[in-house]
Amino acid sequence: MAVSKPKIDIPGTTIFGADEARRGYALNAMCYSFNSAENRAEFLKDEDAYCAKFGLDVEQRAAIRDRNVLALIAAGGNIYYLAKFAGIFGLDVQEIGAQQTGLSVEAFKSKLMAARG
Amino acid sequence: MARIVGAISTSHVPLIGKAIARHLEAEPYWKPFFEGFDAARAWLRKVQPDVAVMIYNDHGLNFFLDKMPTFAVGAAAEYQNADEGWGLATTAPFPGDPALSWHVIESLVADEFDVTTCQQMLVDHAFAIPMQLLWPGTTKWPVKTVPICINTVQHPLPTPARCYKFGQAIGRAIESYDKDLKVLIVGTGGMSHQLDGERAGFINREFDQLCLDKLSRDPEALTRFSVPELVKLAGTQGVEILMWIAARGAISGGVSEVHRNYHIPISNTAAGLLVLEPARATG
Repeated sequence: MAVSKPKIDIPGTTIFGADEARRGYALNAMCYSFNSAENRAEFLKDEDAYCAKFGLDVEQRAAIRDRNVLALIAAGGNIYYLAKFAGIFGLDVQEIGAQQTGLSVEAFKSKLMAARG
Repeated sequence: MARIVGAISTSHVPLIGKAIARHLEAEPYWKPFFEGFDAARAWLRKVQPDVAVMIYNDHGLNFFLDKMPTFAVGAAAEYQNADEGWGLATTAPFPGDPALSWHVIESLVADEFDVTTCQQMLVDHAFAIPMQLLWPGTTKWPVKTVPICINTVQHPLPTPARCYKFGQAIGRAIESYDKDLKVLIVGTGGMSHQLDGERAGFINREFDQLCLDKLSRDPEALTRFSVPELVKLAGTQGVEILMWIAARGAISGGVSEVHRNYHIPISNTAAGLLVLEPARATG
């Protein structure tokens, strides 16, 4: 039986499904490891070695190096795990939102307030 | 026999946990959110539940992509909260009710919901923050808990229709439990929000209001949406409304709306609260 996948194109949105789960496995595994304070410290001590341990590919390694959330998503990163990576640098979700939308943090917060209508 | 006293659905934004830890409840940013809980707590003091069945989604604390259950039920004597990587203080452990958990598991599987059973299970902010909101200022939780986790990390997610039926099956499980318990259903997550992508910061007040109205009066209307439609209307993380749909499904028949609150924004999220109880027969 053919599986029908309801597809909707939503601009600026990645639905994390089979392709992303396969593509991003190593990257997400590394980010999942950041639940542990010991692992966060190990990453900060030697970022190259830590990324190598999880087998990140060139694109994933570059996106981690650049702290670039959109590039991390394009390389298969899932936001729930990426949040743990961002947490190492004390970034909150407004700062992550501002980076992805190209807005200042203040402008991003104003955008949220504007949703009050 | 056990009976369901009602369902409370609430947002579970991590920043709420930080506000609780820093005692910011009365600050202007937080007041419109926290004061919404006064009515929910007053209602809880009246109905005095013995157990809370917590329908929530894990955000990468207990489950990773190596093994990702669509529906998972905890069956432990105790559940620990733990470090999620971004600085939220952990809470006191939560007491379980293994006998009820196993009854729910057996009933769900007999009802064709083949859940994953977890005798060890860490519970994340999506479980802990609603507990802190409903019973503030305590580490001695006044209820036992049964965690029920629905996957929202990796698509395909279960459809709204499936989650509603899952909730109905949870309701049948509880009502067939041969012990005189008062059970509260808690659905956690939402409302509209999106953390990832160029569309980050998306909030949809109109759709959230529709969800609140339909959960209260016509929940089956929400079962007609597909998951991608929910992503479009509520945002990538707004799909957490699935927990609310499941929680509503657990109450068979009509409901009375006890209380609702809605506030934009808390962090990147439209925060909602809805308290429902089974409709009383009148006359």
